[in-house]
Amino acid sequence: MSASLLTLDGVSKSFGAVAALRDVRLELAGGQVHGLVGENGAGKSTLVKILAGVHAPDAGTVTLDGQPLRLSGPAEARAAGIAVIYQEPTLFPDLSVAENIFMGRQPLRGLRRIDTAKMRTDAGELFARLGVHLDPDRPARGLSIADQQLVEIAKAISLDARVLVMDEPTAALSGVEVERLFAVTRALRDAGAAVLFISHRFDEVFALCQRITVMRDGRWVSTDPVDALTVDVVVRRMVGREVSAMYPKQDTTVGAPRLQVRGLSRDGAFADVGFTVHSGEIVALAGLVGAGRSEVCRAIFGIDRYDAGEVLVDGVRLSNGDTAAAIKAGVALVPEDRRQQGLVMELSVQRNATLPRRWELARGGLLLGASERRAAAAWAQRLQVKAGRLTDAVSTLSGGNQQKVVLAKWLATKPRVLIVDEPTRGIDVGTKAEVHRLLSQLAAEGVAVLMVSSELPEVLGMADRVLVMHEGRLTADIPRQRATEESVMHAATGQADA
Amino acid sequence: MTHRVFVVRELGIVLALVLLVAVTAIVNPRFLSAQSVKDLLLGSAILAILAVGQAIVVITRNVDLSVGSILGLTAFATGSVFVAAPGLPIPVMVLIGVAFGAALGAVNGGLIAAARVPALVVTLGTLYVFRGLDYMWAQGRQINAADMPTGFLRMGTATVAGVPVLTLFAVVVLVAVGYYLRNYRSGRELYAIGSDPAAARLYGIPSGRRVLAAFVASGALAGLAGVLHAARFGTLDANAGLGTELNVVAAVVVGGVAIFGGSGSVYGAALGAVLLTVIRAGLPVLGINPFWQDAAVGALILAAIGLDRALSARIARSLRG
Ligand SMILES: Nc1ncnc2c1ncn2[C@@H]1O[C@H](COP(=O)(O)OP(=O)(O)OP(=O)(O)O)[C@@H](O)[C@H]1O
Ligand SMILES: [Mg+2]
Repeated sequence: MSASLLTLDGVSKSFGAVAALRDVRLELAGGQVHGLVGENGAGKSTLVKILAGVHAPDAGTVTLDGQPLRLSGPAEARAAGIAVIYQEPTLFPDLSVAENIFMGRQPLRGLRRIDTAKMRTDAGELFARLGVHLDPDRPARGLSIADQQLVEIAKAISLDARVLVMDEPTAALSGVEVERLFAVTRALRDAGAAVLFISHRFDEVFALCQRITVMRDGRWVSTDPVDALTVDVVVRRMVGREVSAMYPKQDTTVGAPRLQVRGLSRDGAFADVGFTVHSGEIVALAGLVGAGRSEVCRAIFGIDRYDAGEVLVDGVRLSNGDTAAAIKAGVALVPEDRRQQGLVMELSVQRNATLPRRWELARGGLLLGASERRAAAAWAQRLQVKAGRLTDAVSTLSGGNQQKVVLAKWLATKPRVLIVDEPTRGIDVGTKAEVHRLLSQLAAEGVAVLMVSSELPEVLGMADRVLVMHEGRLTADIPRQRATEESVMHAATGQADA
Repeated sequence: MTHRVFVVRELGIVLALVLLVAVTAIVNPRFLSAQSVKDLLLGSAILAILAVGQAIVVITRNVDLSVGSILGLTAFATGSVFVAAPGLPIPVMVLIGVAFGAALGAVNGGLIAAARVPALVVTLGTLYVFRGLDYMWAQGRQINAADMPTGFLRMGTATVAGVPVLTLFAVVVLVAVGYYLRNYRSGRELYAIGSDPAAARLYGIPSGRRVLAAFVASGALAGLAGVLHAARFGTLDANAGLGTELNVVAAVVVGGVAIFGGSGSVYGAALGAVLLTVIRAGLPVLGINPFWQDAAVGALILAAIGLDRALSARIARSLRG
């Protein structure tokens, strides 16, 4: 085994009363990809932020090349050769994609002026390496979560760092993009870089990593070579108990058509999309990143307008671009971008969780803390939200726990049509099973569920029917019995017209 | 793509300006006489310099409400220095004014960084503190044109090839700051800070230092404006620049600088200053009652904000498609 490049020893970190890390150790070796797994709130992102220089550890040491490393900030970590992809994309919406990648390191020409042309071509080359099509000149505002993650990845690899830390970089990516990311990561690894890879998708962790460290409740549990581990062992160490079956699909009787979409089109986004979701049915919308899945969901919910077509709920037509009407008709949308669309980061957990129901919970127009708390507590428990107090700002929660709050917020509205866009993004195994059970149960109660997911096992495990989109068009409608990895991927890459 | 949109935004102001001037000139052709144009240029020069400074601050998602008081204090200081040292060369006086303003700006920036209090609150405080110092210093006195060198006073109204010297000052400031913001790393970082302060921190941008620098720049430009104010008006008491800050913020908003930071340009802000000046000069010519002038400025601000929202919605739509 190669010598360790970066070492953490006895590292602890607390936020007020919350001990996020307790006596954690980690060794990253050059030429190796190291996996880090743990439940939501286990402390993974906190560890990342220590490596990034965002947080200073309360105790313990970090050494790089055998030298103690004291980081006073992210710029210093970068200068030391540590590149970090944070769990939540941190882009500047008003600036161009190229500027986002090179901020503070823009190529220069005479008089230390920024060489915009070179910056643009450099960004283009990075995207070519990652095999993505993004215009370096467009502003970052409005990028999908997946594209934001790709920009973050481009930013990190552009640093040619010796240590590359990736906190759930694949959470919104589908198979093809993940493969490209892996190819680039392996190339960096072979060039001698040490990589730390965090993910809740075990197939990825086992495919990419040479060693895996498990964390639980802020503590180090184990580090082993990947050959010595199985998924079951890792899950047991992570959760500390057996996990109920994933994808506990209940058999349901499919009822009357609930959501009907006919000939939906928007110029440049999607064309002639038509399908029906029946009461009691879970329909998955699969496809590659950028296929237009989220756009269709947003159009159905009325966030964006469409140019042609119609949307009906229980046979009643929804007016175009009218979110209030959609909510009134019983439609709920769990959006893909929790930071921008799902949560009010400064508000408390309980306020966020009960936001759509505030009128229902209010007495005489006054929102009472007690009723708010009761409603939120029930859901927090059901989804195992790990939060210090329900009155804490939602921004202090770990990424996966924020996602749980978004889910709670909309599930509690008792929708008739539930649209979920990447419902389990960043959610750990234990809760993932719970989310799946919930969705399944809602369907059994007669809700029509439309689910966008980039995670193929989730699609195959949960869906009664799989709709596949490719470049803005529906290319396949595959019933559960015939849905396989091959048939879905074929349609998603546009190789087959089923 | 966005570039184009922002050019569109600035063209919009130019268009409004042309329209306003055309209508006013038709009603009263004297509105375009050499003297009247010179007055307009003179009138907008100081406001434009202040607007450029304010834009730097607003781009970082902050605001500087103390610029009117800094202008007043610097203007009075200019007069006092000339009373004490009548022979002082003009460039030295300009430098003193700029340095004095920068020091006051540093007080703002330092308080914001140290106390972690929003700029709105801190500069609202220093607005009164600086003005109070001005009153204490002046003690009801007035400094008259006779107390200042004639060369200095001439600078306030002189023209070079028909263009007032004050306007040249404004143009130089505008071009220099505009060029800096577009072409230098630290300039781009100001936009990044305003665009998403939390991301800027995670990215390791030295936000504290940059914001402090933005306030120093705003203060320095307000100091420059104070010296030019002294040169232009000659008679100085402690009320110089009273209430100017609202005009300046209005110019910046009308000029398309997003009040939540991250976007807009100093060119827009300067154009906003010119537009406001022309409105204030033009509406009386059109025979509009002074009460409606303020209402017109207000309507313009609301229109500008509406336009910005519409434009950003358009961009958002075209980007998603
Ligand atoms: N700024 C903060 N203030 C208060 N508590 C925090 C803060 N950041 C993290 N925490 C807490 O620290 C704990 C660990 O969070 P962390 O983000 O490291 O988890 P994680 O392992 O990355 O989880 P996930 O898989 O959900 O991303 C959580 O309980 C979280 O609420
Ligand atoms: Mg995390």
